[in-house]
Amino acid sequence: MNGLLGGEIWADLLPIISLSLRVTGTALALCTVSGVPLGAILGLTRIPGRRLVTAILYTGMGLPPVVVGLFVYLLLSRSGPLGSLGWLFTPRAMVLAQTIISFPLVTGLTMAAVQSVDPSFRQQMRSLGATRLQEIWALLREARLGVVAGIIAAFGSIISEVGAVMLVGGNIAGKTRVLTTAIVLNTRQGEFMPAIILGVILLALAFLANVALLRLQGRT
Amino acid sequence: MSYAFRLESVRQRYTGRTVLDLDELEVRRGEILALVGPSGSGKSTLLRLLNFLEQPTEGTLYYEGRAADGERTPLALRRQVTTVFQQTALQKASVRANVAYGLRLRGLRVDGQVEGLLETVGLSKLAGAPARQLSGGEKQRVALARALIFRPRVLLLDEPTANLDPYNVGLIEEIVRTENRDNATTVVLVTHNVFQAHRLAHRTGLILNGRLVELADTAVFFGSPADPRTAAFVSGEMVY
Repeated sequence: MNGLLGGEIWADLLPIISLSLRVTGTALALCTVSGVPLGAILGLTRIPGRRLVTAILYTGMGLPPVVVGLFVYLLLSRSGPLGSLGWLFTPRAMVLAQTIISFPLVTGLTMAAVQSVDPSFRQQMRSLGATRLQEIWALLREARLGVVAGIIAAFGSIISEVGAVMLVGGNIAGKTRVLTTAIVLNTRQGEFMPAIILGVILLALAFLANVALLRLQGRT
Repeated sequence: MSYAFRLESVRQRYTGRTVLDLDELEVRRGEILALVGPSGSGKSTLLRLLNFLEQPTEGTLYYEGRAADGERTPLALRRQVTTVFQQTALQKASVRANVAYGLRLRGLRVDGQVEGLLETVGLSKLAGAPARQLSGGEKQRVALARALIFRPRVLLLDEPTANLDPYNVGLIEEIVRTENRDNATTVVLVTHNVFQAHRLAHRTGLILNGRLVELADTAVFFGSPADPRTAAFVSGEMVY
């Protein structure tokens, strides 16, 4: 690396930041649109196998990202069941891995948040004439602190994640390199200052995203 | 047909235990019917049935001449009946937003009627306040306004003034009385407070262990009850 702003990494800094946000943002959106409704349903209903699903979700919350990376790698590798998609070493593979990592967090914390709402609240909304959907929406609004906390936790876990994206993305310059994998590369090359600056940028992005989510938590 | 509700051989059981066992009960349109009885006698269960929140284990509940089917009762009918519960669960929102909720659910315009109703319940100055920070009596008045905003045909009251101070009790009773008189709203009041039943109701009934012991015009119920258990309950001699 030729000085702080002269190296290869710095020429590619914006695409790296952009890809980091795009991959994490897409994964977060996917796990939110699927995890929040599923968490609400699990929190509201007494479906058969609910305990098993809950146990799986809670296990998933502690799933090592590198194991998810390995699983997605095997799934998408040329000889894997989804190899024909050609997603391995593309941002799509990274999104898939991050969605799998974040899904249990959003679902499990939404479920817990919904379960913590006063049981008579639902009955009173129904008594006022709410349809089932209106009732669920009212409940999610009541549980919003917990639901947004789940989304924040999911964001934190995937924006800082390195093992899975390295495995399935490959850290290819200009194609799948994101902030975390760029930090790893610089550190390995002994380029500590760029690595530190990338780390600060990552922290700043995480901070700004969390501030935005916290505002959502307070307003909705 | 002059009744809002008619119950025929209605039984409600939870895990094999019968909590309500009514051979027959009619709630007349436009009346205030009070059902008194000790805690755990099945009064609140009856209100949940009348509000279509539950389906009876046995028997048939008719509303406006149609057999109701718990939560599967058509939405348009369900929305004619509402309950003010003893423990009010308000939304994490302003007083105004809580009161307007029933209108928003129905896709109706929210305009001056919210402010008008807030004035009626004496909460105009607190319209923008967070509803959950109000006192118990104020919360209960929000709950009453929230229920009345969409002009229900039937208002069910489950111990609406339990643990409230005399000022709030008086205010709530007056609102209920006015709503019944001016809009012919049918009211079913469940309470263990016999004095409140005496003050408000046209007819009063006693429920004990899930069974209707006696139902009569309020003056008769309190003045010359037919059943000795009613006399004992009214006079405060019944130990339960």
